[in-house]
Amino acid sequence: MIRTPLRPLARILRARDRGESPDAIEHENIRRRQEDMRDRTRERAEGRLLVLAAMFLCAFVVIGGRMGMLAASVPEEPRASSQGAEIRAQRADIVDRRGRILATNLETFALYAQPPQMIDPGNAARELARIFPDLDEERLLGDFTGKRKFLWIKKKISPEQKQAVHDIGEPGLLFGAREMRLYPNGKLASHVMGGTRFGREGVRAAEVVGVAGVEKYFDEVLLDPANGSRALTLSLDLTVQAATERVLAGGMKLMNARGAAAVLMDVRTGEVISLASLPDFDPNDRPRLPPSTGAADSPLFNRAVQGVYELGSTFKIFTAAQAMDLGIATPDTMINTAGPLRWGKYSIRDFRNYGSELTLDKVIVKSSNIGTARVAQEIGAERQQDFFRDLGFFDPTSLELVEAAGIKPLLPSKWSELSTMTVSYGHGLSASPLHLAAGYATVANGGRRVVPTLLKRDAPQDGPRVMSEATSANARRMLRRVVTEGTASFGDVPGYAVGGKTGTADKPLETGRGYHEDKVIATFASIFPAHDPRYVLVVTLDEPVETSGPEPRRTAGWTAVPVAAEIIGRIAPLLGLRPDVEPGQLADITLTSN
Amino acid sequence: MTEMVYGTQPVREGEPIFPKWWRTVDKWSMTCILILFAIGLLLGLAASPPLAAKNGFEPFHYVMRQAVFGGAALTAMLITSMLSPLLVRRLAVLGFLVAFVALLGVPFFGTDFGKGAMRWYSLGFASVQPSEFLKPGFVVVAAWLMAASQEINGPPGRMWSFMLAVTIAVILVMQPDFGQACLILFGWGVMYFVAGAPMTLLVGMAGASIFGGMLAYDKSEHFARRIDGFLSPDLDPTTQLGYATNAIREGGFLGVGVGEGQVKWSLPDAHTDFIIAVAAEEYGLVLVLCIILLYALIVVRSFARLMRERDPFIRLAGTGLTAIFGVQAMINMGVAVRLLPAKGMTLPFVSYGGSSLIAGGIALGMLLAFTRTRPQGEIRDILRGHLR
Repeated sequence: MIRTPLRPLARILRARDRGESPDAIEHENIRRRQEDMRDRTRERAEGRLLVLAAMFLCAFVVIGGRMGMLAASVPEEPRASSQGAEIRAQRADIVDRRGRILATNLETFALYAQPPQMIDPGNAARELARIFPDLDEERLLGDFTGKRKFLWIKKKISPEQKQAVHDIGEPGLLFGAREMRLYPNGKLASHVMGGTRFGREGVRAAEVVGVAGVEKYFDEVLLDPANGSRALTLSLDLTVQAATERVLAGGMKLMNARGAAAVLMDVRTGEVISLASLPDFDPNDRPRLPPSTGAADSPLFNRAVQGVYELGSTFKIFTAAQAMDLGIATPDTMINTAGPLRWGKYSIRDFRNYGSELTLDKVIVKSSNIGTARVAQEIGAERQQDFFRDLGFFDPTSLELVEAAGIKPLLPSKWSELSTMTVSYGHGLSASPLHLAAGYATVANGGRRVVPTLLKRDAPQDGPRVMSEATSANARRMLRRVVTEGTASFGDVPGYAVGGKTGTADKPLETGRGYHEDKVIATFASIFPAHDPRYVLVVTLDEPVETSGPEPRRTAGWTAVPVAAEIIGRIAPLLGLRPDVEPGQLADITLTSN
Repeated sequence: MTEMVYGTQPVREGEPIFPKWWRTVDKWSMTCILILFAIGLLLGLAASPPLAAKNGFEPFHYVMRQAVFGGAALTAMLITSMLSPLLVRRLAVLGFLVAFVALLGVPFFGTDFGKGAMRWYSLGFASVQPSEFLKPGFVVVAAWLMAASQEINGPPGRMWSFMLAVTIAVILVMQPDFGQACLILFGWGVMYFVAGAPMTLLVGMAGASIFGGMLAYDKSEHFARRIDGFLSPDLDPTTQLGYATNAIREGGFLGVGVGEGQVKWSLPDAHTDFIIAVAAEEYGLVLVLCIILLYALIVVRSFARLMRERDPFIRLAGTGLTAIFGVQAMINMGVAVRLLPAKGMTLPFVSYGGSSLIAGGIALGMLLAFTRTRPQGEIRDILRGHLR
C-alpha cells in the first residue's frame, strides 16, 4: 500500500506563507480520508451483510424443508437395528400324498427386553425367573442393569406365558410376533421332515430356515413368495408311515435291536410311501447332537438313507437275475454248491451244507453263498459292475433329502474276482436300505430302473430297462418261493403273496478289519404282491437277537422277517390292496343258507 | 420533502425518550420476539409438567417460573433497547468484565448439577450461566475493538478481538461447553467477515475450523460420541434424537393435538433442547414453520436495517448479536431434524430457562437498540452526489 503523506507539502507551504496554521489543513485531510474509508467499508459491509442474510435465510428454509419432509414421512415403530433384506416370514406347509398336514406354521411370540426402558429391573428379573424356571434371576438382573440396550429372553413363548409376562407390567419387556414351525404329528416321519430353526431375526418377524430333511432340501421353494402359500406335497402316506413306525418300534424292542429302518416304496413310480428310522426324535424340538454318542447311534441319524451296511444275502437275487438275463442259467440250471469254496487264502461257506449241487432256484431259496459265488464267477467282474451300476449302487440316490446327497455305497477298492464272488452274496459292498429298495423295485417292476423320490408322482417312471420282463418274472417267482418254502417262511402274510429275500451280515469291527462274531445287520427285502408287485419294503434291524428259543437267534429269518410281515399285514389294507384269498382256503366254509 | 423522498430520519430537538423510542425501534422484530416468547410459554404448558411431576412440583411450576423470568427478560429488553448505542457500549463492556471474571470463577465456585459439565452458579432460587451473559458483552467489546481498528491510527483491534475470542473459547471448552465456544467463535467470525476480512483468510479459516473439529473428534470422547451418533445411519430409537425424530413424524402437518404428545414423557430435555420436537408433535408442522418464520424474520430484518447503518461499531455489534441469535436457533432446530450433530443448545426465547432468558432479553434489547433508525447523514450523500 502506498501511503499518502498526511501533510501535502505544497498546501502547507502556501498556508505558512499566508501565516495560517498548517494543523487545520492536516485535520481536514484526515477527516476527509476517514470519511472516504468509512464509505468504502460501508459499501463492502453492505454486500457482505446481504450475503449473510441470504445464507441465514437459506439455512432456515433448509431446516423448514427438512421438518416438512420428516412430518410428511410415515412414523415408524422404533427398531432395534437396521435390517437388510425383508425377512420372509411365510413358509409354505408340507402335506402328505392325501393332503394331510405334516408341517405348518403357528403364530407365537418372542420375548425381548430393552433395559433402558425398564422401570423396575429387579422385579422383572424375579417375575421372569418365576414364569420361566430355566432362566436365572441373577443373570437376568445383570443383563437388565448392565449396559445392554437390547436382549432376547425367549425365542418362543406360549400364549399363557405371554399373558403372565404381560401381567408383570414392565414396559421394558416386549413381544415380537413370530411364525413358529409346527409338526402336528410329533415324531412321525421326523427324519423326512428334518426340522427348522430361526434364521435372520428382527423384532417383528424371524425367518424360519430348514436345518435337515425336506425342510432344508426345499428351503428355497418353501420360502419363495412366488409360490404363494401352496403346500409342498410329499409322496409319504401319513397313516402308512404311522403304522410302519409303530410296528417297527415294537419289532425293534422285541428283537432287542439297537436300531431299525424301514423303506416302503412304490415299485413303478419310485415314490417313497413311508420312510422310518429308529431311534427318532421330535422335529418340534430337534435335539442338539450330544457329543458322547457316535453319529450312527444318534437319533438324528437316518439309518434308511444315511446308513450304509453290508446287506448280505439280499443281493443274491441280483446275481441270479443277471445270470438268467445273460442266459448263463435258468431257474432249473444245476449249480455246484460243494463247499467250502476256496479262493486263495479265503474260503466261502454256507450256513448249512446243502449238498453238492442245487438248482439256481434252490440256491436262492436256501440262500447258498457257494452257489451264488459260482454263478458270479460265470458272470465276471465287468458285467457284474455294469449291472450294479444300472441298478443304482454306484451313485448316491437322488432322494429329496439333504442327507441323501452324500451317501454313496462303499464299493470294493479293487474289483477282483474274489470281490465279484463276495459282492454276489452281499459282502464287500455296503449300501443304504434305500439303495436296496430301489434295486428290488427294478427286479419287481418288470426290469425298469426307478429313482426313489419323496414327491408325489402321478405316472410310473419309465426308466431304462435293466433286465427283461421274463427275467423279472422268474426273479419274482424265486422271491416268492423264498417266503413259501425258504428262509423267510415267517414272512408269509395271508392274502398278500409276499416275496422277498433275507440277508444277515456280520457287522464289521469298528477297527475296520474283520467282523463281529455275534453282531449282525438283519435285512428283509420284500415285494408284494409277488405275482404283480406294487410295493417294495426293506426292513433292517441293527444287532437284533431273538431270545425265545434255547439259543439266541440272529438270522434275518427270525428277526427282520416277522417284523416286515407284521408291517405288511398292517399297511397293505391301508394302501388299498385287496387280499387275494385263494379259493382252496375257502373250502372250509360251508354255505348253509342255500 | 427530502425526508419523505429519500427516507431519511430527522433529528428532533428535545424529543422525549419514549416517543422517540417508539418512532425509531424496529417494531416488526419486537413483535416477532414477543410472539416467540408467547409460543415458548404455550409450549411450556405442554412440555414441562412431566419434569415438574418428576421433581415433585405442581404441574405448571415451570410455566410460572418462565412467566416470571420472561417478564424480567422483557423488561430488561425494553430498557436496553431505549439506551443510546454509546450507553449500551459502556454498560456492555462493564457487563463483559463482570461476566468474564465470573466465567473464570466457575471451576472454583460453580456447580455441575450432576450433568458432567461445570457451567453454572447456583443462587438458590435460580442458576446462572455466566457464558450466557458473556456472549452479548463479548460481541459489543469485539465490535468496539474492530471498529476502532478502522480509525486512522487506531489500535490493532481485530487482532485483540481475535485473541479475546480464542481465550474465551478455550475457557469454555475446558468446562466443557463446546456449543458456547462455537457460538463465540462463530459470532467473532461473522463480525470479522462484515468488518472486511480478506478472502484468502476466510478460506484459510474454514480449513482451520475443519482441522480443529477433527482434532476435537480425536481428543475428546464427549465430542466424538456425539459426532458418531450423528454419522451413523441407524438411529437408535432410545436416544434423544430418536425420540425427537419420531415425535416430528408423529405430529405430521397438524399435530396430534394439544396435550396428546408422548415425546415429553420420554425426553429429559423436552422443555429445553428439544422443545421444537414437542411443538412438532402436538401442533404439527404448522407451528414449527411459524417459529422458523419468526426467527428468519428477526434475522433478515435486522441484517437489512444494519445494511443502512454507517457507524462501524453499531453495524458490527448488531451483526454479531443477530448472528449468534440466529445460529443458536438454527442449531437447535437442525439437531432435532438431524441436519446437525447433537449439541445441547436452547432455542432462544422459546426454551425454558431462567438466567439464559434474561441474558437473551438483554442481548435482544441491545440488538433492538442498535437497529433503531437514526440519522445516517443521507442528506450529505445526496449533496455529494453519492446517492445510489
